[in-house]
Amino acid sequence: MDLTALNLAEIRDVVRRKAASAEEVALAHLERINRDDPRVRAFLTLSPERALEQAARVDRAVASGEPLGPLAGVPVAVKDVILTRGVRTTCASRILEHYIPPYDATAVQRLEAAGACILGKTNCDEFAMGSSTENSGFFPTRNPHDVDRVPGGSSGGSAAAVAANLATVALGSDTGGSIRQPAALCGVTGMMGTYGRVSRFGLVAFASSLDHIGPFGRSVRDLAAVLQSIAGRDPSDSTSAEVPVPDYESEIEGSVAGLRVGVPREYFAGLLAEIGDPIQRGIDLLKRIGCEIVPVSLPHTDYAIACYYIIATAEASSNLARYDGVRYGLRAAEYSDLRDMYESTRDAGFGAEVKRRIMLGTYALSSGYYEAYYLKAQRVRSLLAGDFSEAFKTVDVIVTPTSPVPAFRIGERTEDPLQMYLADIYTVTASLSGIPGISVPCGKTKGDAARGVPPLPVGMQFLARHFDEARLLRAAYAFEKAGGFTGA
Amino acid sequence: MALSEKEVRYVAELAHLKLTEAEVRRFMPQLDSILEYVAKLNELDLGGVEPMAQVLAEGPAGFALRPDASRPMFTPEVALANAPEPGPGFFKVPRVIEKE
Repeated sequence: MDLTALNLAEIRDVVRRKAASAEEVALAHLERINRDDPRVRAFLTLSPERALEQAARVDRAVASGEPLGPLAGVPVAVKDVILTRGVRTTCASRILEHYIPPYDATAVQRLEAAGACILGKTNCDEFAMGSSTENSGFFPTRNPHDVDRVPGGSSGGSAAAVAANLATVALGSDTGGSIRQPAALCGVTGMMGTYGRVSRFGLVAFASSLDHIGPFGRSVRDLAAVLQSIAGRDPSDSTSAEVPVPDYESEIEGSVAGLRVGVPREYFAGLLAEIGDPIQRGIDLLKRIGCEIVPVSLPHTDYAIACYYIIATAEASSNLARYDGVRYGLRAAEYSDLRDMYESTRDAGFGAEVKRRIMLGTYALSSGYYEAYYLKAQRVRSLLAGDFSEAFKTVDVIVTPTSPVPAFRIGERTEDPLQMYLADIYTVTASLSGIPGISVPCGKTKGDAARGVPPLPVGMQFLARHFDEARLLRAAYAFEKAGGFTGA
Repeated sequence: MALSEKEVRYVAELAHLKLTEAEVRRFMPQLDSILEYVAKLNELDLGGVEPMAQVLAEGPAGFALRPDASRPMFTPEVALANAPEPGPGFFKVPRVIEKE
């Protein structure tokens, strides 16, 4: 039995039935990482001691017949912007290359309390700023479907780890699409809950009004199980919501007959056929399983990227001011005075994209420009959120492509930041509105054998009302089950 | 929109970034094209539209507040463990006050 090929529910079952120990499961994954990660490069740091200690704890509980946590023995990879006590956390930045957190993020704490085994920390774009994982301060991660291509980003390492069977599930963070887009490009499932659904305590802040923690998996059920364990109020995060957490795993089983599925016309204008065709087949499938397809309009979609990049960079410029070489992280080797110490440290520690975004955000917040940029973007954000409120008066969920392009070649887009930003068009709207979203595999592109382009994964994005994750998961699960689009 | 070199250097100074000549030359056109792109927000009539300053805050009244009570935190050793230049109970920085 290949333990690395199993999904979360299967791992849980195997461990419970004693068909394999949690230790065997963890070791099988660590061995697979040793064998395959030199090719994929999903991980920045491994934590085998921590994983095996936790596995031993699970195995003792199995042996003594104690009740097992819902994620007992499940191997998890964690994006390196999420703090792990005693395990190096770099944010894929040179400025935090040697940072050892003194505490765990709440999501990490909750995963381990549920029995999960943390294998290590995954690569990403530096401080989660990017859509390809090429902005890592260390190395780019590769797409397991074609190692010359990007895995998407910014949570590219987590997506690639799950796609390459290096971990059963993973945590990522999503600010403008950083879970959903790499899930689509790597052919796995990925989810961002409602703003406030999952505690961000211990998530290194990029843009606080947009940041989320969420799961990757190889099925929608995997997402439901992980969300179950990490969702809910956390007094350490004042933005986490005091809203009851339903039993997602049982909720996903319900029928979708009569479910009203909105298709926003603005998301299909100019869409490439290689993405549009599989998405149309996905919509047809939803119709066949009893959903009612309803055209809807989200009229301000065209302004979303501009709005997002003002708000996200403004918040980033403020959040990243803390990296000054005083309390933690890098300090430049040479400097003349305090100010020069700050500047030299930040110059040496930050990569080009992070500097660009800090510059943009500082400009947008600077005296004389605040109203023209930041305040204006916040008004546009109201309009974008209003588009969804209006649409959700007539539909239960909305489906769109997750990304306008499949995985692109490494290096293909790095010189034009604006082109890279535009690839986030279908994901930033939900981030700005605070609604939950999932990306589910929806077939593949045709590929072009003559030009050496393999068929590449395409993702369908499902969106729902605030705190309606149960319905969102149910729709995505019914789609996955009916289409056999699961996995890669 | 045409971002001047002077503006780029001014913003870098505000952001505590020391940009090299090469970085200034590289960032100027890139930032300029992004600013030109985001100017499309000017097409919208935003009269009467409230800025969205808070995304969501769902819960009973006052749920986001905690009691103002002391609770265990890091020891000084733990708090200083990642400091590039720790002192006994403090962070060392370059001298900021000149001796007379």
